[in-house]
Amino acid sequence: MKKFETEIAIIGAGSAGLSAAIQAASAGAKVLVIDENKRPGGQLFKQIHKFFGSQEHKAGIRGYQIGQELLRQVEESGAEVMLDSLAYGLFPDLQMGLIHQGKAAVVEAKKYIIAAGAKENYLSFPGSTLPGVMGAGAAQTMININRVLPGKKIVMVGSGNVGLIVSYQLMQAGAEVVSLVEAADKIGGYAVHAGKIRRAGVPILTSTTIKRILGETEVTGVELVDLDSSFGEIPGSERIIDCDTVCLAVGLNPMTELAWMAGCQFEYLAPFGGHVPLHDENMETTVPGVYVAGDVTGVEEASTAMEEGNLAGIAAAEALGYLTPAAAAEKKQAVYNRLAVLRSGPFGEGRRQLKQKQLAAMETYKKKMGGAAVQ
Amino acid sequence: MRKEGYLYTGVPSAQELASFPGKPSEERMRKGRVAVVECLQEIPCNPCESSCKFGAIQIGENITALPCLDEEACTGCGLCVAQCPGLAIFIVNKAYSETEATVDFPFEYLPLPEKGDLVDAVDRAGQVVCQGRVVKVVNIPANAGTSVVSLAIPKEFADDVRSMKRLGE
Amino acid sequence: MEHSMRVKHHPILGEAEERKTVTIYFDGEPLQAYEGEPIAAALISAGHRAFRTTQKEHKPRGIFCAIGRCTDCMMIVDGKPNTRTCITLVRDGMKVETQHGLA
Repeated sequence: MKKFETEIAIIGAGSAGLSAAIQAASAGAKVLVIDENKRPGGQLFKQIHKFFGSQEHKAGIRGYQIGQELLRQVEESGAEVMLDSLAYGLFPDLQMGLIHQGKAAVVEAKKYIIAAGAKENYLSFPGSTLPGVMGAGAAQTMININRVLPGKKIVMVGSGNVGLIVSYQLMQAGAEVVSLVEAADKIGGYAVHAGKIRRAGVPILTSTTIKRILGETEVTGVELVDLDSSFGEIPGSERIIDCDTVCLAVGLNPMTELAWMAGCQFEYLAPFGGHVPLHDENMETTVPGVYVAGDVTGVEEASTAMEEGNLAGIAAAEALGYLTPAAAAEKKQAVYNRLAVLRSGPFGEGRRQLKQKQLAAMETYKKKMGGAAVQ
Repeated sequence: MRKEGYLYTGVPSAQELASFPGKPSEERMRKGRVAVVECLQEIPCNPCESSCKFGAIQIGENITALPCLDEEACTGCGLCVAQCPGLAIFIVNKAYSETEATVDFPFEYLPLPEKGDLVDAVDRAGQVVCQGRVVKVVNIPANAGTSVVSLAIPKEFADDVRSMKRLGE
Repeated sequence: MEHSMRVKHHPILGEAEERKTVTIYFDGEPLQAYEGEPIAAALISAGHRAFRTTQKEHKPRGIFCAIGRCTDCMMIVDGKPNTRTCITLVRDGMKVETQHGLA
């Protein structure tokens, strides 16, 4: 069986993983990035809208262009990216099992950074298994990566930023978005994203949900129903609208399998998407030498994932002696400052508090273990 | 009863539109081209501020603060329109002619209209309010796919028109 | 109708680049696909959205996540069942078959 030896193994070549690789490899560490896909970039290349933030967060630049820039920097940094390599297990002795180009292999590293990302949530209702019902992210992959429309008349479910942005991008690709429905009485995502699709004529139906999907072999329409303030259906408000595709933008959940296998401690934080691994300010988990970054630590956004990746990369390089504590502290402080900005305001504040809760749980755990979990 | 306002509908209410700090005065709009920064929600974002060469849009250190317009400093150049990631900045000119005003807005759909085309001008809810005549389309590489369309419309609709109906629908 | 689901022009991403076409066989029917694209993209562009039927209720199913996580898009590819068509790229002459249950 083939064995890959490296100093830092990073699982996931997306926003967080690539950022971590750039930091660690440019500090001098030997870095191997592992990704199951045949192309690097994770979900960045389907993000074709301009990012928010300020200049230092790459604001105003479209996601896929940030992806191109990250790949260029990875190459410059000397980190190796190994594609078509599925990490299937991280074992207590810190060896990682791999299916590399169809064959079993093993990775042996001093440090691991899990940056596996997140996957889309499913929503179950009559007809929700019909072809034509898919995640909003799936539709986004289809139009922006594969350049194929998943359908022509779309109903979007969920008004968070994903639902709003993907609705807009479906129209940019030439589809019609007939309605966006949201069970809450309020729009979940940014008003500017909602404004864009409203100007394009898309109705945003709050306090509304899908009662059932129509169609025998694929989606031909949906029956909508109004909801009262306790999310109960209002009888008599049912109506049918034609569509051929239903996209679900109802949140994501972190892909934490490797962290569970490695024996990391978790905390359940619902707004972060479920169980998330505890980590400290260095992004190190309760298992020494295993770091996490990006959506796997709690679903946020690409900008925060890149910054967490930066942190994990800096910290892992520091732990291996490639950065002095002073140099690392300075780099980390710059990242903390940028993260604090991203986690502020009416949208970011909740995530900032959640992150603090996650860090506090880590502290509690460390105390309970009497410092045993700290290297 | 569904509630009014951008949080509930995606369209700001009349009251919300009267109050945001990126709004120029009626008097200023009547003098000529000026930015209308329709950013009503505190999100961490400031490319409008950094794109303005005249210091006419201010956000400050705390980048979640709402952008404030200095209407005297604003020349109506329109650089900010394509730089706003939220596509929330418009240029309004109520001095365009005796009867017409112009509204410049960001537009990221194909096909693009051409100068001279008559198109359906729409409001913030996508409703057609009037016909508009395309007076300019700017589509430069620096704007990375965000075109800026300038429409001439009857003056009375200058506060309502914020986009156009997509062509080829 | 062929390729009518293709996004040829795009305001942000520009014109679709010319790509080499290959032929794949969907339940025996020849289809044109673009070299290097996932099987799922080729099928959907040709108007096919039902990829398999479920084990218990024999209901049709198509893609859900399109990034290789959910396994909703599994088909029999060159005789190999449970192949995730959203991340498996087409190859000239590839045989793609509807999968019934766990095959």
